[in-house]
Amino acid sequence: MKGLKAVLASAAAAVSLTAFGPASAQDDPFRVGYIYVGPISDHGWSYQHDQGRLAVEAHFGDQVETQYVENVAEGPDAARVLRQLASSGVDMIFATSFGFGDSVIEIAEQFPDVYFEHATGYQRADNVSTYSGRFYEGRTILGNIAGQLTETNQIGYIASFPIPEVVRGINAFAIELRRVNPNAEVDVVWVNTWYNPSLEAEAATALIDQGADIIVQHTDSPAALQVAEERGVYAFGQSSDMIAFAPDAQLTAIVDDWSQYYIDRVQAAMDGTWESMDTWDDIDAGMVFMADYTNMPDNVAQDAQALEHAIVSGQRHPFQGPIFAQDGSEIVAEGQVLDDPSLLTMDYFVEGVTGSMPN
Amino acid sequence: MSGLFEFVISNLLTVSFAVAVIGAATPLLLAATGELIVERSGVLNLGVEGMMLAGALAGFAASQELSYAVGIPAAALAGALLALIFAFFTQTLLTNQVATGLALTIFGIGITKLIGGPYTGTPLEPMAPLFSEGLQQIPVAGPIVFGHDPFVYLSIIGIVGTWYFLFRTRAGLILRAVGEDHNSAHALGCHVVGIRYAAILVGGAFAGLGGAYMSMVKTPQWNEGMTAGSGWIALALIVFATWRPMRLWLGAYLFGALLVLQLRIQGTGVSVGVTYFLTMVPYLATIVVLVIMSWDKVALRRHAPASIGKIFKPAS
Repeated sequence: MKGLKAVLASAAAAVSLTAFGPASAQDDPFRVGYIYVGPISDHGWSYQHDQGRLAVEAHFGDQVETQYVENVAEGPDAARVLRQLASSGVDMIFATSFGFGDSVIEIAEQFPDVYFEHATGYQRADNVSTYSGRFYEGRTILGNIAGQLTETNQIGYIASFPIPEVVRGINAFAIELRRVNPNAEVDVVWVNTWYNPSLEAEAATALIDQGADIIVQHTDSPAALQVAEERGVYAFGQSSDMIAFAPDAQLTAIVDDWSQYYIDRVQAAMDGTWESMDTWDDIDAGMVFMADYTNMPDNVAQDAQALEHAIVSGQRHPFQGPIFAQDGSEIVAEGQVLDDPSLLTMDYFVEGVTGSMPN
Repeated sequence: MSGLFEFVISNLLTVSFAVAVIGAATPLLLAATGELIVERSGVLNLGVEGMMLAGALAGFAASQELSYAVGIPAAALAGALLALIFAFFTQTLLTNQVATGLALTIFGIGITKLIGGPYTGTPLEPMAPLFSEGLQQIPVAGPIVFGHDPFVYLSIIGIVGTWYFLFRTRAGLILRAVGEDHNSAHALGCHVVGIRYAAILVGGAFAGLGGAYMSMVKTPQWNEGMTAGSGWIALALIVFATWRPMRLWLGAYLFGALLVLQLRIQGTGVSVGVTYFLTMVPYLATIVVLVIMSWDKVALRRHAPASIGKIFKPAS
C-alpha cells in the first residue's frame, strides 16, 4: 500500500500545483524537485538519489517539501519535465543523470530564480551547480579485489554509455587490476542503456560464457549479480548494496550516499548562501562508500581495506603513474597523477582493457 | 578473417551460445505467438508490452507468495485479464484498436508500478530446470534439449500448437476467415465478436507468460518497466514473419541470436560499429519485409490478415 499512497500523494501534488500555479508566500515550505533517469525501485542509481531526497525530508521536516519524477528519458523529454517542475513553483531542482545536462542549462536560463543542481554533469551557469562522487576510487578497490580473486584472469565489465564517467571507472579498475595481477584483462561489453534488467543479464551471461569469472557493472539493476550468483562467479554491486540479490556472489559494492550533499545544498539555498559550484566528493567526504567486503578470504578483504585507507588518506591516487594506453604508449609518467580536468574528459582505454570504444 | 573464423568456432558453435539464444528468444516467442493469434483473427492489439508487464508482476508475486506452480497460471491469467479490457473496448464498445492498444500498454506500465511497489527489491529463488540432472548431463543435447525451465517448453508447444490450430483444424480455419473478411464470416454464421474475444484473451495469456519468463527465470526480480520494450519487438517479429507461425519461431530465435551475438562479438575487439549494426538488424529486417510486402499488393493480401485493425459492426 506504500506504493498507492505515494502515487496518490504525487497525484495530489500534481493537482495542487496546476491548480494554484507558482505561489510563494512567506511561510510556504521550500520546495525541492528531483528528476530520476530510472525508477526509484531500481535498487541502484536512482534509488540512492531518492534515499538522499528522503534524508532531506527527514532533516528539514515541515520546512521543506519534496517531489520527484522518475523514469525521465535523457534528451528533450527531460527539458519538458524540468520546465513543468520549474513553472510549478519549485525552488530547487536536482537533475540526477548525465544526459539531462543540456536540458538543465536550457531550462535554467528560462528560470533564473530556481536553483538547479546537475549530477555527474560538467555544464554550469549562475543558477546551475554540478556535483558527483569520485566513484572511481571505489573502482580502484574493486580492481584490487578482482586481481587477487580471478582464476581465469578474465574480468567481464558491463558498461552503459561511453561517457567519461564510465570510461574513467573502467580505467581505474583496470589500472589497479593489472598492478595486482599483470596477466588479468578486462572485457568490456557496451549495452547502451542504464537500465534494462534483461539485457544486463544477457550481457553477464555472454561474459561468463566467454570465460569471465568476475563481473563488474556500470548499469543500474542487480540483474548481472543474479546471473553471477546462479553461475557461481563473483560480482560487484553498483550504486547501492545489492547483497540481497547475490548473497554468495557480491564481493562488495560501491555505494553512493547523496544525503549529506542534498541536505547541505538545500540548507544553503534556504539561507541564500547557495553559489554555483562544482562538487566532486570522495570516499573521505562520505559521498561514496564501500559495502561490506564479503565472500572473499580475510587477506584479500584486509588488502581492500588497506587500499581504501590509503585512498582516503591521499597516499594512493587511483590514477597514479605509470599509466599506459591500450597500444602500450605511456600516458602518465611514474610519480605523476592525472589532474581533474584530464579525468573529466577521459576518452581512451588503458592497457589491460580489451574491446573498443564507440565514437 | 582467421579471427572471425576462430570467433565463430569458439563462440557461436557452442552449447552455451545455443542456450543463451533460446533464453533471449523465449519471451519474444511467447508474446509474439499470442499476438499472432490475435492478429490472425483480424485484431491489432498494441498492448503487448502492458500485458507482458502484468504477467511479469503476477507471475513474480504468485511465485513469491505461493509457488512457481501458481506463478505460471497467474501470469497467464493476469495477461488475459488486461486483454479482456482491450477486448471489451474494441469489440463491445467498438473503439479504435490502435489507440486502445497503446492505452493498454500505458495502463499496464502504470498499474503494475502501482501494485508492484512492495515487491521491488525482493529477490526470488531462480526456477529450477524441468528435467533431472542426469538428462542435462548428456553432452550437447543435455543442456540444449533438457536444460530449460518450463517456459521454454511452453513456448515451443505454444508455437507448434498455434500452427496446428490455425492450419490443421476447423476452428483455426474459422478464426482465419474472421481475420480475412469479418463480414463474410459473419454472413456465414460465425460469431465474429465471440471468436475475437477468445483470440484476444489467449493472446493476453501468452503475453503474460512472456513477461513472467523475465521476472521468474531470466532475472528473478520484479521491477517496473522491466520488459524494457520486448513487447514492441514481438510486434515487429510478427510482421517479419509475415504472420506465419513457423517463420515466427525461426524469427524469434534469429532476433535472439542477433541480440546475443551483438554482446559476444564485443569481446573480440571488433569495431563497436559492427555491434550497433547487429543491434539494428532485426528492425531493419522488419522494415525490409514491410517494404517488399507493400511493393506487391497481392503478396500483402496473401500474408497480412485483410481485416486487421478494422472495426466490425454487424449490419442489423
